[in-house]
Amino acid sequence: MSKILMKGNEAVAEAAIRAGCRLYFAYPITPQSELIEYMAKMMPKVGGTFIQAESEIAAINMVYGAAGVGKRVMTSSSSPGISLKQEGISYMAGAELPAVIVNVQRGGPGLGDIQPAQGDYFQAVKGGGHGDYQLIVLAPSSVQEFADLAADAFDLADKYRNPVMILADGMLGQMMEPVEFKPAKTQEELDALANQHLSWCICPNADGDAKHHHEINSLELDPEILEKKVSKLYEKYAEVEKNEVRYETYNLSDDNEILCVAWGTAARVVKSAINELVAQGKSIGLVRPITCWPYPYEAIASAIGPKVKKVYVFELNSGQMVEDVMIAVNGKVPVDFWGKLGGIVFTPADIQAKLEACF
Amino acid sequence: MTTEMICAGFGGQGVLTIGRFLAQAGMKEGKNVSWLPSYGPEMRGGTANVSTVISDGPIASPIVSYPDVLVALNQPSLDKFGPMVRKGGVIIYNTNMCPRGCNRDDVQLIPVPMNDIANEIGSSIVLNMLAIGIIIGKTGLVKYETIEDELKSFLQEKNPDLLDKNLQAIKKGIEIGKQYTSVK
Repeated sequence: MSKILMKGNEAVAEAAIRAGCRLYFAYPITPQSELIEYMAKMMPKVGGTFIQAESEIAAINMVYGAAGVGKRVMTSSSSPGISLKQEGISYMAGAELPAVIVNVQRGGPGLGDIQPAQGDYFQAVKGGGHGDYQLIVLAPSSVQEFADLAADAFDLADKYRNPVMILADGMLGQMMEPVEFKPAKTQEELDALANQHLSWCICPNADGDAKHHHEINSLELDPEILEKKVSKLYEKYAEVEKNEVRYETYNLSDDNEILCVAWGTAARVVKSAINELVAQGKSIGLVRPITCWPYPYEAIASAIGPKVKKVYVFELNSGQMVEDVMIAVNGKVPVDFWGKLGGIVFTPADIQAKLEACF
Repeated sequence: MTTEMICAGFGGQGVLTIGRFLAQAGMKEGKNVSWLPSYGPEMRGGTANVSTVISDGPIASPIVSYPDVLVALNQPSLDKFGPMVRKGGVIIYNTNMCPRGCNRDDVQLIPVPMNDIANEIGSSIVLNMLAIGIIIGKTGLVKYETIEDELKSFLQEKNPDLLDKNLQAIKKGIEIGKQYTSVK
């Protein structure tokens, strides 16, 4: 299949459909509206269902219901809308429901603005909703990766029966890059996907026994039982941490004097700055977490080469992921942070100046 | 080689389309491309700009700090992005809407009365195709044939009657751009 020039918002929607998503419920918001528009246009063509819900809260609860019958389902929004969905997300984590949630982040807090930002890291990675739970959080940094991660997100959601969030931003949503899609799933593959959940999802009983039923619920009033249920969730999360950590390294070597850590859009800008400085003979490496949870703590710790005098973290927020970097670095070398706020994306020249000042 | 470009003008002048066609053509020619529009609560008559990168290698940042090529269709765009252009780069600007011009002497300036030429061709809306022509005539960034193919398949659905004038504008642009290839 040849490459298509596409916006990130459209690419992630197309990739989701190809991955077998036939149910999509959402409410429009800039800068992710092309995603909902694409779904509105395409879902009827593939025999799927698109509903523009009356609100984000309605949309996430439709997702809860659809996930409960074992179907691949997705919703998307941008920061303020994702905040509205948090109750439903916590319920889904509690009820162990697989679903994909896309957050095309914009500037906050509150209504903020509509420019790209990374201010929802804490919300996605450390909670957002109430209670003890984890989302699997995937952070793309190109349109191609945005599309690829959509397919992976559905697989991970199914594998662990857990909501997965794709944490993008307005720049990834709005920019166009060439993208190559994986082939769409065949009907047999779609059937197999639906069948994998028959042991727990709401479905017609094969034996016609009306007493034999499945329950989808996050409510458990007996503390002893709830404790066991939550502990079981954390056994599952430990498995995710063991198996699913992903990251990219860039220009890592024993000569590195600075190690950068950045994710998503920010990481691309940092790469450009590194390229400029490498051309001047400086040695700077980068670790880019692709899974923000589970976080690549070990990868960062082991990327600190013998000559590294500082780990420099760049984010489009006031310093959120930097806390995970500090856990990873564990005092071995100083950790510095620089970020931009309000939906302003730093430029390669900005980062270059910050890095040059370290030498 | 990597070419970083900013196209800027009033909303409605077609600057996003300039970047889009060049990115599409670059991709068709096997290159890596990125197309990053400014977006915001804007409307027709507001300002618009797009950063386009076309490269033989992987593209790190789609955000352009130092463009190699600037296309400025109006004075505010020239004022805003003119100082950012890399030393030795190219600034193509529309003299009909840039009365103050540009005072840089370390870049190549290509002043063109784009509105006048577009109107001579017979439609003000081909102004952006004229700009594409100037860019490829000057830089050889992508081939004319690739752009022509893109334009044909694009206009076939949308507005086949406009194809001739658009192609005419691109060719005229190439002619103008080529005049500047020998000058450094």
